[in-house]
Amino acid sequence: MTDYSLDRVPDLAPSARYKFATRVLPLLLLALILLSIPLFEPSRTWLSLFNAIGINMVFALSYNMLLGQAGLLSFGHAVYFGLGGYAAMHGMNAIENASYDGGIWAAFPMFGLPLVGFAGGALAGALIGFPSCRRSDVPFAMISLGIAELVAAAGFMFISVFGGEEGITGDRMNGIELFGLSLGPLGDVYWFIAFWTFVGVALMYAFTRTPLGKMAQAVRDNPERVKFVGYNPNRVRYLVFIAAGGFAGLAGGMSAVNYEIFTPESLSVIPSGLVLLMAFIGGARYFAGPILGAVVLTYMQSNLSDYSEAWLLYLGLLFIGMILFAPGGLAGLLLSGTAALKHSLSVKGLLRVGAFASSALLAAAGIIVLVELAVRYSNGFGEAFEPFGLHLAPDQMMSWVVGLVLAGVGIGALKVLSKQGGMGS
Amino acid sequence: METVVFALLNGLIYGLLLFMLSSGLTLIFSMMGVLNFAHASFYMLGAYFAFTLGQHTGFWFALFLAPICVGAAGACVERWGLRKVHARGHVAELLFTFGLAYVIEELVKIIWGKFAVAYEIPPELNFSLFKLFGSQYPAYRIFMLVVSIAMLAGLWYLLKRTRIGLIIQASLTHPNMVAHLGHNVPRIFMLVFAAGCALAGLAGVIGGNYLVTEPSMAFSIGPIVFVVVVVGGMGSLEGAFIASLLIGFLQTFAISIDSSFAEIFSFAGLSADGDVGRITIASLAPMLPFILLVLMLMLRPRGLMGEREF
Repeated sequence: MTDYSLDRVPDLAPSARYKFATRVLPLLLLALILLSIPLFEPSRTWLSLFNAIGINMVFALSYNMLLGQAGLLSFGHAVYFGLGGYAAMHGMNAIENASYDGGIWAAFPMFGLPLVGFAGGALAGALIGFPSCRRSDVPFAMISLGIAELVAAAGFMFISVFGGEEGITGDRMNGIELFGLSLGPLGDVYWFIAFWTFVGVALMYAFTRTPLGKMAQAVRDNPERVKFVGYNPNRVRYLVFIAAGGFAGLAGGMSAVNYEIFTPESLSVIPSGLVLLMAFIGGARYFAGPILGAVVLTYMQSNLSDYSEAWLLYLGLLFIGMILFAPGGLAGLLLSGTAALKHSLSVKGLLRVGAFASSALLAAAGIIVLVELAVRYSNGFGEAFEPFGLHLAPDQMMSWVVGLVLAGVGIGALKVLSKQGGMGS
Repeated sequence: METVVFALLNGLIYGLLLFMLSSGLTLIFSMMGVLNFAHASFYMLGAYFAFTLGQHTGFWFALFLAPICVGAAGACVERWGLRKVHARGHVAELLFTFGLAYVIEELVKIIWGKFAVAYEIPPELNFSLFKLFGSQYPAYRIFMLVVSIAMLAGLWYLLKRTRIGLIIQASLTHPNMVAHLGHNVPRIFMLVFAAGCALAGLAGVIGGNYLVTEPSMAFSIGPIVFVVVVVGGMGSLEGAFIASLLIGFLQTFAISIDSSFAEIFSFAGLSADGDVGRITIASLAPMLPFILLVLMLMLRPRGLMGEREF
C-alpha cells in the first residue's frame, strides 16, 4: 500500500517571504526608527520623552507577557520594575564605590546595569511567583494586589535598602565607558535607552516564538487541555512570570540609569495600574499593542497634563471605552480599520470607516468640551475654554449646549452605525 | 485595661463600618464572581452626596437620600456598563470596575475639588455620651454603632425571612432555575448591585464625617474591603461579618501597641539600630490585612465561611 495522498498535501507552512515580512521586518523597522530619531536633532524635552517611552515600552511589553500571553491579570507588576530598578541603583552605587577603592564592580560597565535590573526582577519574580502562580484568574489578581501593597509598605519601612521617602540616588557617570558613551549628556542616554529598548523588544518577541511562549498562550486559552497534553499549567505560568519579572526589572534598570533615582513610590499600586492601562489601551491581544499603548500614554502623561487638569479622567474614559467597545485596543482598531479597507476597497467601505471615525471624533469632542467646562466651572476663576479660537464660557448656557449636542450626535451616530453591523463587515 | 477597652470599642465600630461596605460587595461578588473595584468609590460618593445634600436638607435627610442616589448610580453602572462586559468574562469585568474607580475619583476631584471637604458631624450628635476611664466618649461613634447594627438586622431579615430574600439567594446560586420560574434575573442582579452600592453609600454617609471626606478615601479603604470579602469567603455574609470584625480589631489593636521589634525580640539579641529592630507593631497595622489576604488565598482559597472556591 502506498500513501498517495502525501504528495497532494499542500504546503501549509508560511513562505520565507511571509516569515520575513511578519517576523523580521517589524523589528528592522523599529531599529530604523530608533536609529533615525537623533538625525532630526530633537530638543532636550523630546529626548527625555523618547527615553521615557523606551522604558515604558519594555515595561508594558513585559506586563503583556502576563496579561496578553499567559492570561494572568496582575495588579502588582511595578513590584518587579521597582525591585529591578533598586537592584540597578545599588549596582550603580557599587560601581561608583569601586571606582575609588577597586573591587569586582570596577569591571562592570554602567551600560550593563539593565542586566542587573533583569536579574533583580527575575529573582523577585521567582520568589513571589512561586506561591502566587499556583492560582489563576481572580485569585491570582487578588494575590498580586496584596503582594503589591505589602512590598510597597515594606519599601517605606526598610530604609537602608530603599532609602525611605526620598529614595536612593546615584551617579551614572562612573566606571568603564562602553561604545564611547559617557552617559553624561542626554544624547548618550538616548543611545543607551535605544539599545536596551531594542534588545528588550526583540527578546520578548523571540520569547513568544519559543515553545514556552506558545504553551503560555495555550494555558491562557485552555488550561485543562494543557494538562491533558502533559504539561503543568502552574509551572508554565511560573516560568512566564519569572521572565516577565525579569523584563520588568530590565525596564527598571533602564529607568535607574535614566533618572538616577528610585523611590519606594515606584513599587506601589499606582504605577502598576498605569502599566495595566498601557498594555490594555494599546491592545493586549497583539504583540505590538503595548508598544502603541506606551507611546500614546507616555505622550499623554507628559504633554496632556500641561493642557488639562482632567487628563486622568480622559485616560479612565478611554480605558472604559476600550473595554466596552474595542477590547482589541488601539492595535485592534488599527488592524480592523485597515482590514476593512483592504477587504472592500470601495467607496462604500471608505465611507463607512470615515463615518465611524468622524462620529467617534464628534463624541470625543463633545465629551472634552463638557469636561473642560466642568473643570473651569468648579475652579471658579471665570476662565473660558478656548479651543481653536472658540470662546466657551462655563457660565453661559450656550457652551454647555454645544458640548451636549456634539456628544449626543456623536454617540447617536455611533449607535446607528454599529447597529448596521460591526466595523469589519 | 484602658487601652484594651478603647481598642475594643473602636475596633467594633471600625469593623461594623467595614461590614457595611463588604456586605454589599460580597453579595455582588457571589453574583458576578468578580470583585468590584469601584465598590469603595460608591462609598466615597455616599460621603460626598451627603455633604452636598446636607448643606440643603440637613444631615438627617441626607442620611436617607444619599444612599438612594448612590444606589441609583450603581443601577445605571450595572445596566449600561457591567451587563455589556459580562459576556466577555471575568477579566474584562474586573478591568471595567478598575477603570470605573479611576473615573469616579477624577470626577469627584473635578466636582468637589482635590482637597478634603468640610463634611462634619451633625451638631445634634456632637457631644460626649459618657466618660470612660476619665476620657470622653463621643456620641457619634455610638450612633454609628446603632446604625450599623440596625442595618445588619435589616439585611439579615430581608435575606433570610422574606420572599424577596429567598429569590435573591436562589438567583445567586441557581440563576437559570430562577429564570425558568419566571423571575427577571438580570433585573434582580441590577437591584442587588444597586442595593449593595446603596449600603456602601450609607457607610460613606456615616463614615465620611467620622474619618475624612477626600478624593483618596476610596483608594485607601478599597483594598481592605477586598480583604474582608476574600477572607470571609465568597457569598457568605456571616463570613464577611466575622472577617470585618477580625480586621477591625486587628488593626485598632495593632495601632495601640507602640512597642518595636527590638523591644519584643530583645531576648533574641535584636538591636534597635537596624531596620528590622525599628519596626513598630503600630506601623505594621496597615500591612496586616494584606498579609491575611495573601495567606488566606494561598492556604484556604474559599475563605473562612465560603461554600465554593472562586
